[in-house]
Amino acid sequence: MLGRTANGLYWMFRYIERAENTARLVDAGLRMSLTRSQGVEDDWDGVLQSADVRALYNETHETLTSQDAVDFLLRERANPSSVMSSIEAARNNARMVRTALTRETWEAVNECWIELKALLAKRVKPTDLPGVIDTIKRRAGLIRGAFHGTMLRNELYNFSRIGTFIERADNTARILDVKYYVLLPAVTQVGSSMDNVQWESILRSVSAHRSYGWVYDAELKPANIADFLILNGRQPRSLAYSYEKIVSNLNYLGLEYGEKLAAHRTAEDTLASLTTGSIADIMNGGLHEFIEDFVSSNNRLGQEIADGYRFYQ
Amino acid sequence: MGTAALAFDEMMNADDTPRQPYQTYYDWYASQDRSRLISKSKDAENIFRKTGITFAVYGHADSSEKLIPFDLIPRIISGREWRKLAQGIEQRVIALNAFLDDIYHKQEIIRAGRIPRELIERNVAFLPQMIGFRPPGGVYTHIVGTDIVRTGEDQFYVLEDNARTPSGVSYMLENRETMMQMFPELFHENRVRPVENYPYLLRQSLASLAPPGCKGKPRVAVLTPGIYNSAFYEHAFLADMMGVELVEGSDLKVMDGKVKMRTTRGYEAIDVLYRRVDDDYLDPLTFKPESCLGVPGIMDVYRAGNITIANAPGTGISDDKAIYSYMPEIVEFYTGRKPLLENVPTWRCSEPDSLKYVLENLADLVVKEVHGSGGYGMLVGPTATKKERQLFAEKLAAKPNNYIAQPTLSLSTVPILVNKGIAPRHVDLRPYVLVSDKVQIIPGGLTRVALKAGSLVVNSSQGGGTKDTWVLED
Repeated sequence: MLGRTANGLYWMFRYIERAENTARLVDAGLRMSLTRSQGVEDDWDGVLQSADVRALYNETHETLTSQDAVDFLLRERANPSSVMSSIEAARNNARMVRTALTRETWEAVNECWIELKALLAKRVKPTDLPGVIDTIKRRAGLIRGAFHGTMLRNELYNFSRIGTFIERADNTARILDVKYYVLLPAVTQVGSSMDNVQWESILRSVSAHRSYGWVYDAELKPANIADFLILNGRQPRSLAYSYEKIVSNLNYLGLEYGEKLAAHRTAEDTLASLTTGSIADIMNGGLHEFIEDFVSSNNRLGQEIADGYRFYQ
Repeated sequence: MGTAALAFDEMMNADDTPRQPYQTYYDWYASQDRSRLISKSKDAENIFRKTGITFAVYGHADSSEKLIPFDLIPRIISGREWRKLAQGIEQRVIALNAFLDDIYHKQEIIRAGRIPRELIERNVAFLPQMIGFRPPGGVYTHIVGTDIVRTGEDQFYVLEDNARTPSGVSYMLENRETMMQMFPELFHENRVRPVENYPYLLRQSLASLAPPGCKGKPRVAVLTPGIYNSAFYEHAFLADMMGVELVEGSDLKVMDGKVKMRTTRGYEAIDVLYRRVDDDYLDPLTFKPESCLGVPGIMDVYRAGNITIANAPGTGISDDKAIYSYMPEIVEFYTGRKPLLENVPTWRCSEPDSLKYVLENLADLVVKEVHGSGGYGMLVGPTATKKERQLFAEKLAAKPNNYIAQPTLSLSTVPILVNKGIAPRHVDLRPYVLVSDKVQIIPGGLTRVALKAGSLVVNSSQGGGTKDTWVLED
């Protein structure tokens, strides 16, 4: 397959993942602003930071309001991570690699784009927001379903999956990075309702607020939340789960191509640190430092994959 | 405009009975509920939109991707009519290839005084780089889309030869697919010759013309300018249906005397390149230096006989609109026989007498740019306003060499579905021809239809639609 095709698939799935994650962040942000009467700006500030677009937002906005933040995250074309920009980029990549996609997968992407373009043509009214966010998640789900149900399990599939999980790991790590301080054993406010809202919002932004209760117990504890999102191999948005998928897809490529590249080594090292480590060790070593290291090694892995498989000229 | 009333209608006789090829269809149509057909028509549009069968209209920023309207009443051609057309097309395509070979070698047609030398050598479509070079198999035009119009029961004219990179074949295939999905019963009742194997025939035809040095199964690829090109959908569609790679210039590189594509495993050689990139952009080292759509050095590889380019560079000289007026001579010169298909009478505005005539009769003529395509930059005299004609006359007088003129033919009509039932609209026809060691003409083609009553402009860029085109077994 062409290096450009591998690149197109990788980015197509990164952008689909990004659109869905951004929708989830907005969802969590809305939820927080509903459950509190003050400090709303701080919450949206955190959401924008998690989406890595805080500085960009400041370039075009003087103040931070719920409505503007939501609009910036969902519709703003100047924001490359907005849902609309991401879906547009995913669809452009899909068009480019159209010959590599099954008809079902392509149509799911194209229909997603057609529907969201209409839905996000104008500012979304607050009353319509929950419906719009649902549609984004449902459309992303339909793409995923068409993809899993119809694509051959070959190199095309592997590059697509790697794109999905590099993006997902990055996203989960950034959420943790922005909110790591609320998970630190703090002296004040422990167990207060303030903490509970913050903790729940972290879980909610990765759609894990209910499954947390199934795995741990109903009581929210910072160390358990960190464990769930970092080390729990069964939580589909955790770093460990993402890396397990990245490593297994890279290994299929390694088998098929008969060679292992720098990327294999990087991914395996990261996975090892996630499967052998304990959350207590990570907290002791510094949660913030751990996440910073993770984000930068995740970026490096993306670069190594692009180089190793000739994504670019 | 009342042109439709005077035109030859392919479905209905003057006495309101259906013509023979349409008999079976007509009976079916008469038994249909109109609202069901209208709703089917919307279904078809949804299928096209969902599948992304779109084209881009240049110069419309707000509407970067458009659907070509699809009309669900088929255009039906009898077996007898088709045989006649096919023979004429085959003769013409053989003549085109012989002409190209001659023009880039001995130029006997010029020496024989049949074509003026300056018409060839001063023509921008003539590529000196092709002089003395013979492509693999001696084939220049691997794929041709001959535009044909009809004016009566037995009157067919060739309007254009389209020997460069004719587009639209994906619509021929998708239109058929859509019709079969929506009205399977019609294909039980009518014996319609299949077009579905076109991608297979195309791949086979291309592979059979791989360079002589190619060992093993030839590697074929389609070269596209990329997703922003107006025909990108078709490029992807054809690559997909043929099961070959769809490449862009940035994927290709000349290495070790071959053209190679960058794959995830390294660089791999390509033997046959079906390029949908114009000559000018093909090789920045030979043609436009600023082009990023092509491959630097590909012309050297080509001339060394290490890759087949389809269609060959420089084929544009054969479908140039100024050359077109010489086609009857060209056909006769190379085949030794009178042309089976007629040319539309053409005035070359480069000749002073013709220019004078054209300027005096602008209201009755169609004037086209010699190098134009897609219906851009043309004047349809009878439907233009006085003001438009005046402005065009100035352009024409300033650059007469740039134009040819033809009478406005009364193009045949085929009905389209409208809210009140059916109404006749003008059509043309583009059958697709594959050339290898044989000439294969796909029984069918792209029927383009003007959707506005009376309009003679069928181009999709100007609001035309398409129809499924049936050739019947008989």
